[in-house]
This record gives sequence, C-alpha cells and structure tokens, in this order.
Amino acid sequence: MTNEVLATKKLKNEILVRLVKAFMSDNFAENVRLIPYEMRPKGSDVPFRCCIYKERAILRSRAIAGLGFAMEEDDEKTLLSDFANRALERKKPEEYPLTVLQNACKGCPSSKVFVTELCQSCVAKPCLSACKFGAIEHVNGRSKIDVAKCKKCGLCMSACPYRAIVKTIVPCEEACPVNAISKGEDGLAHIDHDKCISCGKCVSACPFGATHAKSQIIDVLKNIKAGKKVIAMFAPALVGHLPCDASQIKEAFKKIGFSEVYEVAQGADVTAKTEAKDFQERLDQGAAFMTTSCCAAYNELVKKHMPELKPYVSEAKTPLYYTAEIVKKEHPDAITVFISPCFAKRREVLDNDKINYILNFEELGAILIALGIQIDTCEKQDFAYKSSKEARDFAVSGGVARSVLAAWRGKPDAIVPAIINGVNKTTLRDLKVYAKTGKCPLGNLVEVMCCEGGCVGGNAGLSTIKAATKKVGEYANSSYSLKDEH
Amino acid sequence: MKKVKLQVCNGTTCFVMGGADMQNMVDQLMVKFKDCLEIERVRCLNACSLSDNFAKAPYANIDGQLVGNANFQTITKIIEEKLSND
Ligand code: FES
Repeated sequence: MTNEVLATKKLKNEILVRLVKAFMSDNFAENVRLIPYEMRPKGSDVPFRCCIYKERAILRSRAIAGLGFAMEEDDEKTLLSDFANRALERKKPEEYPLTVLQNACKGCPSSKVFVTELCQSCVAKPCLSACKFGAIEHVNGRSKIDVAKCKKCGLCMSACPYRAIVKTIVPCEEACPVNAISKGEDGLAHIDHDKCISCGKCVSACPFGATHAKSQIIDVLKNIKAGKKVIAMFAPALVGHLPCDASQIKEAFKKIGFSEVYEVAQGADVTAKTEAKDFQERLDQGAAFMTTSCCAAYNELVKKHMPELKPYVSEAKTPLYYTAEIVKKEHPDAITVFISPCFAKRREVLDNDKINYILNFEELGAILIALGIQIDTCEKQDFAYKSSKEARDFAVSGGVARSVLAAWRGKPDAIVPAIINGVNKTTLRDLKVYAKTGKCPLGNLVEVMCCEGGCVGGNAGLSTIKAATKKVGEYANSSYSLKDEH
Repeated sequence: MKKVKLQVCNGTTCFVMGGADMQNMVDQLMVKFKDCLEIERVRCLNACSLSDNFAKAPYANIDGQLVGNANFQTITKIIEEKLSND
C-alpha cells in the first residue's frame, strides 16, 4: 500500500470510530451531526482542501457512506442527523456495495494524451502519420494534440521515437479490471453497477479516498444493542490483521456483544473437500481444467463478464456459504455477520439470505477502538471446531489450491495447480483465452484470487500482505492437515 | 556510538489506525539507521484512550518522548535530532 492510500484509510477509519462512539452515546443523531465540526473545529488547520467548509463537507459525505448510504444520492440539504436516524430505521442494507464521494473527485483531471517538452520537432513526424483521427497538428514546429479529436488510442505514443508523448491516467479507471468506473463529462467518477464486480481496487487506488464501501456498522451494532443473538463468522485472513494471538479473537468479539464466534475456516474445510471431489469427477469426464470458486469478485467477474468461463468454475460453494449454513442450522434464530478482508464479499452477502450483514476488518477495528478493547489483553479461548491447517491457510495466494491437493484422494500427479495471484487487465485476458480455447497451459486446477497475495491482501486489511501472510501461516501450521484426515 | 531507543506501539488502536504503515516504517528505519537504532514493538502505550487521542494514533516513544501521528518522516526527523544532539 502506498502512503497516500494509508492516509485516506486513516481518515475513513477515524470517521467510523466516531460513528460508533456516537452510536454508544445517548444522543446518536446529534453526535453524528457534529462529527465534521469535531474533526475540523473552528479555527483549526485545513490539512487537505481549500478551506474548512470544503473539508467539513467532505467529512460529512464520508460519514454518509459510514452510515451506509450512497453519497451520490445526497441532496446536500439533508442533515447528517437525519441520515443517522434513517440508518437506525433501515431494515436491510443498501443494494450496491460501493459509492463515490463526488466532491473529493473533482480535482482529479480526466485522462488525456499529450505531447511533452521532450518532443524534438523531428523531421519524420511519425506521430502525425500514426494518428488515425487527425488529432495531431504541428504548431511552431512541435506536435500538438487536439483533445476534441483524440480518442486516446495511444498509437502516437508508440510511434514517437523519443517517447515524448504520454498518457495521464485516472487511478480508479486504471485500477478497475472491468472498466466499471470512469470519469464522466461532469469530471466525476461514476460506477456502472451492471459492470462492477465490487473488487474494491478503485477504493485502494484513489489517492483522494473518494470511493467508499457503504458501511453496515450501524446495522450490526443496533442488532447487538437490541439484545439479539448476533454471531460473528470471521474470514481466515483476520488472524493476520490483528495485533494479537488467534485465540484472543473470540473473546474480543464477545466483548463487543457477539454471542458466538465461528471461524470461516470451518466452511473452508467443506469447500476443499467438495472441490477435490468435483475436480475428480471432471477429470473422469475428461475436463481440461477447473477453476476455484471461493473469491466473490471472481465469481462476479465470471457472471458479468465471462459467462463462457462458467462451465469451468467448480460447483463447490464458498467457505462463507458453508459456514453460514452450519451456523444457521445450529442457531436458526441468529443474526449472522461475516467479518471480511475485502469489499467483494458484500455482494455475496447481499445475495445469501443466511448471512445478514458484513463488516470488514477496518470496521471491526473501528469498533474495537471505540469500545476501548485492547485485543492483546483478551483471554485466550479455543474455537468449538478445530479447522485444518489448509483451511486456515485459505487466505494466502496458493492456499486454496494447496487445500484441494490435501483433500485429494486420486492419483497424486493428476493435479497441476496454476495460480492467478490477483485479477488485473492482463490476467483477465489470460482467463478469457482459457475459456475460449478450453484449455489452460499452466495447469489444470486454476486458483483465482482477485486480490494480490490472496485474501490476506484484501483491500480492507490493516496489516501488510507480508506480515499477514506470515502470521496466518504460523497459525495454520499449529493445526492438523487434511491429508491425515480419513 | 550513540544509540536511540524506539518503541513502536502495537496496541489495538495504533494497529488499526496505521498497522501497515508502522510495519513498513520499522523496515525502512532499520535500513536507514542500522546499529544506531534499537526498535521494539510494544503493547498499548496508553496514549490512545483519552477522548479524541485515538485520532493521533499510531504512537511511538523515542527515548522517553511520546510521538503521535507516527510515520517515517516524523520519526526520522526526531531520531536524527537525538543522534546529532551531542
Ligand atoms: S494502542 Fe497505541 S497508544 Fe494505545
């Protein structure tokens, strides 16, 4: 993660902490209204924007996302306190997971191709002949691009022998693997929800912190406050993103008010075994390859952009799916909350009626801060079910493939894992080729994880990928292997 | 040789407000100051609990001096001052 992203993360986290503190106070709505004023009181420094009013306006918008609403639909005259009350009354979270803070977006220029000072006014002028749209002309000996005619194809850039022509980028557009976010004529980024796979890469990419996830933090807390039986199911990656021992996580959730805690690794054991069986059947039928099916962003990608890949995706459900099934069977009256490293799982949660809500690691962290819970002082407790080593290591790139290998009971050399560590425009092209040709040259068990590093690299993480990977690995190694299970 | 002792808070508040940043910082500082710096990851330094103090996390402690909003730049500056102070 870059420093700019960390700075915006910190700002977002601060708002979430303040929202939770307001929720805990006796005057939620009023204390929410005051958040922008408390963060930028009269006469305070203006660290980021042109003036204090703009800063407060932006903080107000961020708080709207923190309350779980779309910032695009804000009419600017509704009070934050009214949004707070609406969040309390809301029965269901909003439909689309991501929202763009428009007044933070304005300063970022649209992408364009332009000729830099490095232009040597050469005789051959290859840029001129390369342009199919007649967008380049010569002014005072130097090439100049007419933005109205330019289609940003980039042919002039590759034609220039001096590499003097460059294309500026819009970070969110560049990061989105499926072109779902783009700057409109109005200079603001818009998300096309028909294309969006909720991967959250735009959230991490924007140096202004303009894309937000609509938080369900208030929805979860109000159910806890109402005395309902609320159960946490946490993703295996969490162990790497908290400064404590895995055995202290359970007690921390209980302190927040959750009544029970499940490791989603429990469901990962089911996924691994189901996937191994599925793979065996496919091989028996002569299939060339199969891809994994646990990454929510990848599943959305296939559904919305590559339906031709669908026949190759394993029928196994996600670890979260199986865990929620187990939890609802044991506690039919419970409200279930998934604790997630990423934004993509929001989509999966919205589509599964056994999972009521989702909080990501940042939101969990904000609750811990607001309630003053020092997690490394929590009592150590075991989980009721002990998950396998491979299930606990699911969150690391390559981990899903390793778990299928461990659960594999067929010929040992029949599986050749191929790992897609992060979906981007390049790996997306590869996947398309596999679907089209019906084969994958790298192997026959293709693990696809949308985030680089796997779920430990999820964009709502708190730690670095390196440190989180190490910690998750150590925790995993303390358990038994699926290989030894019969 | 003069040596500075740096404690980087690894408590919950500091970790949530900048855990990744602190990990990167520790790596960078070790490269930069080598043997002149002793780094320790410690539990909550008790700086975060009062009212709005969480917003200034992550915290660090340099030779007994508490520093909020810790990052590579701020910490480097203070360490350099301490090292050149005699
Ligand atoms: S967690 Fe760092 S000072 Fe309390």
